[in-house]
Amino acid sequence: MVTLLYFASLRERLGRSREEVPLPSGTATVASLLEHLRARDERWTEALAPGKAWRVAVNQRMADPATPLKPGDEVAFFPPVTGG
Amino acid sequence: MPIVRVQTEDFDTGRELEALTGGRKDVGAVASFVGLVRDANDGSPIAGMTLEHYPGMTEKALEEICREAHSRWDLLDTLVIHRVGALVPGDRIVLVGVSSGHRGEAFAACEFIMDYLKTRAPFWKREETPQGPRWVEARGSDDAAADRWR
Repeated sequence: MVTLLYFASLRERLGRSREEVPLPSGTATVASLLEHLRARDERWTEALAPGKAWRVAVNQRMADPATPLKPGDEVAFFPPVTGG
Repeated sequence: MPIVRVQTEDFDTGRELEALTGGRKDVGAVASFVGLVRDANDGSPIAGMTLEHYPGMTEKALEEICREAHSRWDLLDTLVIHRVGALVPGDRIVLVGVSSGHRGEAFAACEFIMDYLKTRAPFWKREETPQGPRWVEARGSDDAAADRWR
């Protein structure tokens, strides 16, 4: 299992802030997880589309689709940051 | 060691900068930046905003940005305080303080920390406008400002 977190506009659009999901079988990466999430329905396909402005962090460090995943990892999806 | 705090409460700029030097005699310069909530943005009056963040990652990201500043310039101390939660126009949002032997390093590092914070620290602003709440969009000019330091 991995823990997924969603923040800001992405959290609102997807209607959840946190969930646990099983790791996709085979070589687990952010890309394979994304494939699994995008397959849920149109809202997910749209919100996490490849050209969309979302970011991903794995275990609280910025990551990208090639980043490998292992059980227990914390994966966060969020829009580009706007602090300061 | 960088000092990093994420908090809902306001901060006392004078006291925080005073603590940064902490009676040391080797500090020749302290540069600081204070960011405030404006009452207008993108052509809309702003009644207030809520700052959301990613607890845990935010602190790590800010510490890493400060450590990067220490590796690039000869600095004595760095400080970042960033507020989260509900804020209104005029409220302080962020304080960056940098101490060093000479002003050049302090000025440069202070600007660097803000530019990196704007593009790498997981905070998100949600503004209250007359048309309702809206999430602030990231600006390309912030990316360009951060890219200058590459």
